[in-house]
Amino acid sequence: MSGTLVIVEQLEGRVRRVALEACTTAVRLGQGPVTALAFGAGASAVAEVLGAHGIEQLLVLSEAPFDRYSSDVFASAVAQVVRQVEPTVVLFGATAFGKDLAPRVSGLLKAGLASDVTGVDADGDDLAITRPVYAGKAFQRVRIVGTPKLVSLRPNVQPATPGGGAAARVSTPAVEVAAPQAVVTATQRNDETVELTEASRIVSGGRGLKAPENFRLLEELAAVLGAAVGSSRPVADEGWVPHSYHVGQTGKVVSPDLYVAVGISGAIQHVAGISNSKCIVAINSDPDAPIFKVANYGIVGDLFQVVPALTAALKEHVEAS
Amino acid sequence: MKIAVLVKQVPDTATRIALAADGASIQTSGIKWVLNPYDEFAIEEALKLRDAHTGEVVLVSFGPDRVEETIRQGLAMGADRAIWVKEEPSGSAEMDYLGRAQVLVAALAQEAEWDLVLVGKQAVDDDAAQTGPLVAALLNWPQAMVVLGLEVDARARRLKVIRELEGATERVELPMPAVLGAQRGLNVPRYPTLPNIMKAKRKEVRQVALADLGLDAASLADDRRVVVEGYQLPPPRPEPKVLTGDPAEAAAELVQLLHREAQIL
Ligand SMILES: Cc1cc2nc3c(=O)[nH]c(=O)nc-3n(C[C@H](O)[C@H](O)[C@H](O)COP(=O)(O)OP(=O)(O)OC[C@H]3O[C@@H](n4cnc5c(N)ncnc54)[C@H](O)[C@@H]3O)c2cc1C
Ligand SMILES: Nc1ncnc2c1ncn2[C@@H]1O[C@H](COP(=O)(O)O)[C@@H](O)[C@H]1O
Repeated sequence: MSGTLVIVEQLEGRVRRVALEACTTAVRLGQGPVTALAFGAGASAVAEVLGAHGIEQLLVLSEAPFDRYSSDVFASAVAQVVRQVEPTVVLFGATAFGKDLAPRVSGLLKAGLASDVTGVDADGDDLAITRPVYAGKAFQRVRIVGTPKLVSLRPNVQPATPGGGAAARVSTPAVEVAAPQAVVTATQRNDETVELTEASRIVSGGRGLKAPENFRLLEELAAVLGAAVGSSRPVADEGWVPHSYHVGQTGKVVSPDLYVAVGISGAIQHVAGISNSKCIVAINSDPDAPIFKVANYGIVGDLFQVVPALTAALKEHVEAS
Repeated sequence: MKIAVLVKQVPDTATRIALAADGASIQTSGIKWVLNPYDEFAIEEALKLRDAHTGEVVLVSFGPDRVEETIRQGLAMGADRAIWVKEEPSGSAEMDYLGRAQVLVAALAQEAEWDLVLVGKQAVDDDAAQTGPLVAALLNWPQAMVVLGLEVDARARRLKVIRELEGATERVELPMPAVLGAQRGLNVPRYPTLPNIMKAKRKEVRQVALADLGLDAASLADDRRVVVEGYQLPPPRPEPKVLTGDPAEAAAELVQLLHREAQIL
């Protein structure tokens, strides 16, 4: 038993960034050779980018049924490849794909999984793992007993650093497949531009915006910043914005470089979802709003004046630089 | 349809999390315990299916004495009965996700002919999002997690599901029996009415001990693969710089701070 296996997720024919983050993590963990497993038609085209991120060998399952996601077929294939490759560590991205797949693999292999991990370091033969719980109100330190150790990595936390290696050697592992049970029949992209959990800048609005049409102010600010738009829960519940916008303990947990909270009071469930943001800016008319306790910067004022002023000041800054 | 909903008791999301003195666990005194918010969507969906197709909704929970109240809350929403696997105070706290999933699967295996098992997409305490796929793997049933929409063809015993991805959704088709994980947006959970709260007091909550399932807490704890060693709180956030006064001036100053000090712009 040695080495690390990275389960590679592709999106529209490209390797997802979290998979490259997993590759860089695998190299850093130094558990031996790093192998990747990718699925889907055209997967061998990714050998170059994976090689550059330290992958020596790329296993590809591209024939049907691997051209469409099926949790049962994919999990069974991953389990079989793990038995062949015998890695000590298996890394997944904690995306919708990885969160669906990894625990099923854990169940098939009876191997321990630490999910949505933000910190992982080699510690002798062991891994020292940190993962947020209570949506980031606390962090848990865990260890996985035995091998393989399954870890799903939260996106956007680990760096992805190309090391300049040659293209990975590509081969096809022999796996037995049963008829797929759960099968993806269609995928539809939302029209929102940037996905919150992957965004490096977010502008979020709450009930302080007073009415759905006022989100236009935030969209204008977001456009100058190149930011995604999010919200507190009540405004999503009221249908001002789609449910997918809602940030917090029962919505999206985000970790952008910049989070701008506009007309959001800063309830504990909201703050839990943003506490990993590098810089939080709060705009609120109430100087005692709890959001100011977690903010790095704040402006006390009427958002209907402050937000347009901020948009204008940012435009000026962008044009000047 | 015979539907099981796995329900977990968790600290109310308004809870401030504090560590026990040794840092090895979360302080549980003074916590208000509630039904995991995502499990409310799972229960609601099960109730809708039962009402459309007849059948019954059975809650299944593994937890200590305090979970009975949470089970009654689910019964008050309209579930028909419950199976409560009683967690003894000693030993079982050491169990990992796999151990707990084995317990839940053993409880399900006491009865036959389940059509669906519904879970929450994630529990808001450990945020693991593991139990649904683990149970599905152990049962060898298909699964769909983070479900936003569900259509059931009871005659053909097929499901059509809409699943949430990052910035996208996907349609999944699968046969019954299956495990489904409920996401916010699937439905709007009903509130228990007073008559239903009264009725819930008389509904059957069957208590099961681990021994009745041929399991024991000590060996499940010994077999654990994931060991929690301790907790820490996030580092405190720095003192905020709060600007007041003329909006245009404050905005201009903020841009400078983000540029020079935070180096984000
Ligand atoms: C089980 C549970 C789970 C929850 N999960 C979440 C979650 O995941 N995410 C979440 O966000 N919430 C969640 N909530 C709700 C949460 O408790 C709060 O109710 C919610 O976050 C408040 O939203 P808000 O800040 O938009 O509204 P409010 O609390 O009403 O705050 C509005 C703010 O706008 C300010 N304001 C008003 N007018 C102006 C103006 N003209 N200019 C500037 N500022 C102005 C006010 O001063 C106020 O601070 C949850 C609640 C429960 C019970
Ligand atoms: N002890 C438990 N008893 C019953 N159901 C559980 C238990 N733990 C987890 N679940 C179910 O699994 C879901 C996901 O939990 P988790 O894997 O802890 O994030 C929950 O929303 C519940 O539906």
